[in-house]
Amino acid sequence: MLLAVKNLFCERDERILFQGFSMQVNAGEVVQIIGQNGSGKTTLLRILCGLSDAYEGEIFWQNELLDEVRSHYYQSMLYVGHLSGVKGSLTAEENLQWMTQLDSSLDKCSIKKALKLVGLYGFEDVPCHSLSAGQQRRVGLARLYLSSAPLWILDEPFTALDKKGVSEKEALIAEHVSRGGSVILTTHHDLSIPKQTIRPINLDEMART
Amino acid sequence: MSFFLAALKRELLLVFRHRSDIINPLAFFLMVAVLFPLGVSPDPSFLSEVASGVIWVAALLACLLSVDGIFRSDYQDGSLEQMLISAEPLWMLVTAKVITHWLVSGFFLALISPLVAMMFFLPEPAYPALIISLLLGTPTLSLMGAIGSALTVGLRKGGVLISLLVLPLYIPVLIFGAGTVQAGAMGLPIQGYLALLAAILVFSLMLAPIAIVAALKISIRS
Repeated sequence: MLLAVKNLFCERDERILFQGFSMQVNAGEVVQIIGQNGSGKTTLLRILCGLSDAYEGEIFWQNELLDEVRSHYYQSMLYVGHLSGVKGSLTAEENLQWMTQLDSSLDKCSIKKALKLVGLYGFEDVPCHSLSAGQQRRVGLARLYLSSAPLWILDEPFTALDKKGVSEKEALIAEHVSRGGSVILTTHHDLSIPKQTIRPINLDEMART
Repeated sequence: MSFFLAALKRELLLVFRHRSDIINPLAFFLMVAVLFPLGVSPDPSFLSEVASGVIWVAALLACLLSVDGIFRSDYQDGSLEQMLISAEPLWMLVTAKVITHWLVSGFFLALISPLVAMMFFLPEPAYPALIISLLLGTPTLSLMGAIGSALTVGLRKGGVLISLLVLPLYIPVLIFGAGTVQAGAMGLPIQGYLALLAAILVFSLMLAPIAIVAALKISIRS
């Protein structure tokens, strides 16, 4: 068991998002968070990756309280949020170089290869603000090709990607899972990866019970 | 240490790509200096009397003008989130950001300050006092401003709030900074003033990074 959440309570603008919410993520599975807009998917992911303290309850990373192992957790987790963290005035390569500095679990040596894999070969010297939305998304997602972190937390990773891009990322997720990694993601898209590895969690049902 | 250098390199590269950010505080500083005599009185004896105060106030406001942007763009594109969930020490990154801010605001201001001093007929013996006091005082302004910037980065309209938060902290620097120049102009020893400015700088250099990191965590996580 990699990550466990116990008895999570979260309230936002006087509206209860989660109450008594528990879940766990095991090695080698994809947890797909489903829910309508405003059901708290992003809030949940931000809590899980340590970007929000606005909750009550306990989160465990490998059976230890998250607060006590934060720095180890940050090294073992990769988060790609709504905002991809790509700087417009830096080139794709400079952006990735900076990301490898921030996150030591990213492989510094294969940046060029990752850019080729996400289809940005030939664009590595272009400032990111002149790339299209989908291409900027690809720069952020190129981190997945460099990562050796066991847990990936992806918030709507397929936004703005074309069909080919989506299927490439799905293949990458399937490969990561087959190596024993785990993925928590939110998407409205039907994932085409082996069904037995996907575990959906529906936040709408959670709210009703 | 290599992380600190990498962070510094990134910040300097970003500044280099946004050269207008460098020109903005400098232009403000020069504009105040040019407009003040036009609006009040071009009389040399009057100008040399108020020079120390006006130059220091202009430098302080120029610094305050640009301090709001220290964390703004990183917040807007999600880079700040990634920095907060990095295992690398955040205080190093924050320090690199503040140093870069000081280089493009305070350092350049100190370099062009003799030009402004000339426009204000500041007596010549006060020039070293002006440059040294700006070099010692403006890093403190950047450090304290960054605390306010970090606290307000999550707010949509942080501009007014940041002035309210930061200005009280700026006042001691202003008093001792302008005092240095005044003492220099009158030919009095300035070491005492400079020692006080240096003490404030060392104090804020020790504590401000901790406060900035804590403020960023509050802004993002809550």
